[in-house]
Amino acid sequence: MEKKQVIWVIIEQVQGKTAAVSLEVLGKACQLAAEAANAQVVAVALGSAIGPLAQQLPKHGADKVFLVDDPRLELYQNDTYSSVLRRLIERERPDVVLIGASASGEELAPTLAAQLGTGLAAHCTNLRLAADGTLTMLVPAFGGQVIGEIFCPVQRPQMATIKPGVFSPVGLAERTGEIVQEDGASLLYDAEIRLRATRLVVEEPPGMPIEQADVIVAGGWGIGSRENWRLLEELAKEFNGAVGCTRPALDQGWTGGEHTMIGSSGKTVRPKLYLGAGISGAAHHMVGIKDSGVIISVNRDKTAPIFQFSDYCVAADFRDVLPELLAQIRRAKH
Amino acid sequence: MKGLNISVLVKPVPDPGCYESIQIDPQTGILVREGLPNILNPADKHALEAALQLVEQHSGRVVMVSMAPPNALETVKEGLAMGADEAWLLSDRAFAGADTLATSRVLAAGIKKLGLCDLVLAGSESADGGTAHVPSQVGEILGISHLTNVTWLNIDTDANVRARMKMENGYIEVEGALPMVIGVSRGMNVPRYTSLPGILAAQDKPVKVLGLNNLGLDPGSVGLAGSPTQPGKLSRPELKRQGERLEGEPAELAKRIVAIMRSSGVLS
Repeated sequence: MEKKQVIWVIIEQVQGKTAAVSLEVLGKACQLAAEAANAQVVAVALGSAIGPLAQQLPKHGADKVFLVDDPRLELYQNDTYSSVLRRLIERERPDVVLIGASASGEELAPTLAAQLGTGLAAHCTNLRLAADGTLTMLVPAFGGQVIGEIFCPVQRPQMATIKPGVFSPVGLAERTGEIVQEDGASLLYDAEIRLRATRLVVEEPPGMPIEQADVIVAGGWGIGSRENWRLLEELAKEFNGAVGCTRPALDQGWTGGEHTMIGSSGKTVRPKLYLGAGISGAAHHMVGIKDSGVIISVNRDKTAPIFQFSDYCVAADFRDVLPELLAQIRRAKH
Repeated sequence: MKGLNISVLVKPVPDPGCYESIQIDPQTGILVREGLPNILNPADKHALEAALQLVEQHSGRVVMVSMAPPNALETVKEGLAMGADEAWLLSDRAFAGADTLATSRVLAAGIKKLGLCDLVLAGSESADGGTAHVPSQVGEILGISHLTNVTWLNIDTDANVRARMKMENGYIEVEGALPMVIGVSRGMNVPRYTSLPGILAAQDKPVKVLGLNNLGLDPGSVGLAGSPTQPGKLSRPELKRQGERLEGEPAELAKRIVAIMRSSGVLS
């Protein structure tokens, strides 16, 4: 019988709350474990006073949880987190290590990979695990124009990061798992801490987070002005939805900010309905919406590439169509 | 602290405006990227701007370091025109096919060869590969502290560093000391334009080209041979959808969209 594959998922927590991306990755790990028939899913949680959080992880697919609870790990910092994880990985020798590509995960993963001298694939859009333990990692390049397979044939663990919104979490209410409490003092020495994270400042942006919205109204360069942009905001408000944007619109300063940018260098979203206006349809935007339910696009240019990626194509000026749409929606609601 | 010696890591990348025209050769399965104009990776310009501002504040010197083929020189010169003092091009056939770790080994060797370096700055991510791995990995190989996704940076005269690292909703404030590698987020500053005097001055600035032997690297540690990850097949993502055309006057179009919204369950 082949050796049992072990897949680790590094759990990110902020102020004692598990990051959504970590549960999404845990969901994917469960699927990989099922594919490889004989694999174990292990969640690794670092933080301070995070016992309750660790208890929840088996319900999201972890067969086993390593919990490192230490006051020095309250805030993420790459010296502390990578030291603890490197020691655990060297001791346990997992076959695969998956990390959410959040702001901190994007730093932690390459740091660990360099310390371990192993391979890391960034922003995987899909993963496959063969029974022999080979992980196929699919990564986007050139803003999503091209998808490439990446392998890590010799070194272990095979490491990958995954952006938020790419996979779905699983909920297994009945499932239980073993929780292994680790000793922080033997995994982290004060002398190796060179940087000090002094505080976390949370700036919760107003409005519905774009990754949770059922309806997204998105605009691009073609919207033309901040004034026109308000039309998108009003429309989104009718659905308690969110307004998304492309990089060019963000650079113009019309939008709600970088947290609303959709695409390969921004958010990956999957609303029930996406309505795009004034967006040409560059691949680096489209890869961020490909899993949306219905895609409607409005563009004056009949040949706009976005029409190839849409369910419904409206070749018209958004300044004519959207005010009329807004009026009809308001009438429909009364 | 007597002036800052800063290395800025830069990468020539195909112009992101042309990514739509990138094709995969159906015979060889290899990317066709000939004819695509190269530019300085956009995020790296923000790193260079940060370096130039720090040198204006503390005095010092800015050297750009790039791992690229010799023909990248023209692209790198844009950084000299912006105000960098010198450019080092790390160029060797043996470096081809490198993943981020093998690339970081070459860049770290270049920085070591430069000697005294207080601070290494780089754009947090490149426009082409976009992995955002290099700043952290260079820091690890050099054995000095590192931060990436930095949106705000302050260095005092005692070499103490305070930085803000971008998080999903907000930031983490971090304190440390030089030497350090910092990945600069595009939100940190607005890069200066090149001026005509800058372009003229760039012509006389020193440019060095160094290969494997100059850097004292083992050929097995660089390029494709030294990369723990290996590439497999390339494909185009399948994004195509049905694309039903809606036609008519604005009122008629709006009516159709309302009907679609109803059937998709977002409007009752």
